[in-house]
Amino acid sequence: MSEAWRRFKKDKVAVAGAMVIAAISMAAAFAPFIVPYDPYMQFFEGLTLQGAPRPPDGEFWLGTDTLGRDLFSRLLYGARTSLIIGIAANAAAVCIGTAFGATAGYVGGWVGIAIMRFTDLMMAFPALLLAIALAAILKPSLWIVVMVIALVNWVQTSRVMYTQTRSLVERDFIEAARALGAAWPRILLVHILPHLVPHILVWATLGISVTVLLEATLSFLGIGVQPPTASWGGIINESQSYFLTAPWLVFFPGVSILVVALAFNVVGDGLRDALDPTQRGRE
Amino acid sequence: MFRFLAGRLFQSAFILLGVTIITFGLLYLIPVDPARMIAGRSATPQTVESIRHQLGLDRSIPVQYARYLGNLMQGDMGRSYVQKARVSELIASRLPATLQLMAAAIFFELLIGLPAGIFAATRRNRPSDKAVMVFSFVGVSAPQFVVGLLLIYVFAYQLELFPLGGYGTIWHVVLPALTLGVTIAGWYSRMSRSSMVDVLRQDYIRTARAKGVTESRVVLVHGLRNAILPIVAMIGIDIGLYAQGIVVVEAVFGWPGIGQLAWLAIQRIDIPIIMGVTLVAAVGIVIGNLLADIATSLIDPRVRHG
Repeated sequence: MSEAWRRFKKDKVAVAGAMVIAAISMAAAFAPFIVPYDPYMQFFEGLTLQGAPRPPDGEFWLGTDTLGRDLFSRLLYGARTSLIIGIAANAAAVCIGTAFGATAGYVGGWVGIAIMRFTDLMMAFPALLLAIALAAILKPSLWIVVMVIALVNWVQTSRVMYTQTRSLVERDFIEAARALGAAWPRILLVHILPHLVPHILVWATLGISVTVLLEATLSFLGIGVQPPTASWGGIINESQSYFLTAPWLVFFPGVSILVVALAFNVVGDGLRDALDPTQRGRE
Repeated sequence: MFRFLAGRLFQSAFILLGVTIITFGLLYLIPVDPARMIAGRSATPQTVESIRHQLGLDRSIPVQYARYLGNLMQGDMGRSYVQKARVSELIASRLPATLQLMAAAIFFELLIGLPAGIFAATRRNRPSDKAVMVFSFVGVSAPQFVVGLLLIYVFAYQLELFPLGGYGTIWHVVLPALTLGVTIAGWYSRMSRSSMVDVLRQDYIRTARAKGVTESRVVLVHGLRNAILPIVAMIGIDIGLYAQGIVVVEAVFGWPGIGQLAWLAIQRIDIPIIMGVTLVAAVGIVIGNLLADIATSLIDPRVRHG
């Protein structure tokens, strides 16, 4: 593990990504103390005389939105929404995926076949459309969005964990544990799971870029977190009709989504290289 | 080869059957009552009851599923709650626009992703490889609706090079196709890089180098000839990304395809349309994967015997 850490530290791009994540997480956590204005406050002077959003200036650093609210304050609160949903949904997805993948890989037989066929089936299902259908049926709230995103995102992890577990099953120490009479849940939890930890770490990071993007997309389509809660995709959705005259309303939240997704991608990629040097330089 | 094909076809059919079970479940086990939705708000209980009977909603779930599947086999995906039209007809009338958009997007995907992937593979682990791979992550991490809106702002609104949206001429397709192409090229360049890296590790490449063949010839002739078909076949795997992308991109650009149809249906919770589009997308994904598999197996017999 310390060997991996040393390799990770040499990956400048990944380290930069990790610093970005740390900075944004801090900003999100301490948002109430940082924001210059109340993110829900509709300022009278937040709109121009014609009633249009105000461009960035000294008073409102990143401009205002269509209701005269301070964009910078809303972006900081939006970071909370994005990170909470992204991280929680991905954590749930990785748990589901690991449980399914490892069980299928170790137990094998018809249970394993059934689980992996179901995984194949989910692969053929366009995740966004499934999420749309689920979100349209269930009334969207923060935790519903988390659940919907988790339900459509566990498949990748499941596949990876299945392959990894299959390669562990043949190993001597598993055979020894079985010979000692350990029951399969115990073997899975005590002997197999620790060996999956590096892969779990990688997917727990890489996956967040996917869930953050999916949350932003659902909110943009109007079926994510509902207003007035600030979310980056939601801000863009609300200001879509104004964006030609007020492009900052798309640009700043858009860049925020991009930066967060990118940071988790490069950190996850760096972790993968660091934890599994045989895969270095391959995908 | 025949056994491999038959096996893969059977598997695809099996997956599609599973997809219909999920779409059926979402269609019929939802809290919304389809009979009431179709009858409209002012309908009498008798009308709702007769529609329910007509749709077979008063039968048991297995019977309803069998009926649903039977209808699907005949191309009947039910009726829209709002538009009262047949879902299959709505989709059929909009599918050509979506396919045009996808064809143009795949063109951009290849145009950007293929050279980037090959270039990075030949400079493996060097700074230029790193730079290309970071860029590919930017493409992967960029939300398509943001890319689309910014392209509209810069190229349609400020520079007035392309229309703001809509459908019609070849100029209309450029920005939406570019939005899909640029973002998906991120994945594609990574995948083409890793399979090119694999090819460049093969013994015959070492032999060619040992013979003194120039490096550019090794890559472009010896390497690419063996890598190109599986790399192009990867497009088939990307259909899943397109299936998601079209909803967002068609909504942003007002492109009259099935993605926009799904987007309009979201606002009215018109579940039959959403499920219809999902089903069509799933068929597309399964066919794409099947074609990719077949193309790969034609090149590499190990795939079909492995």
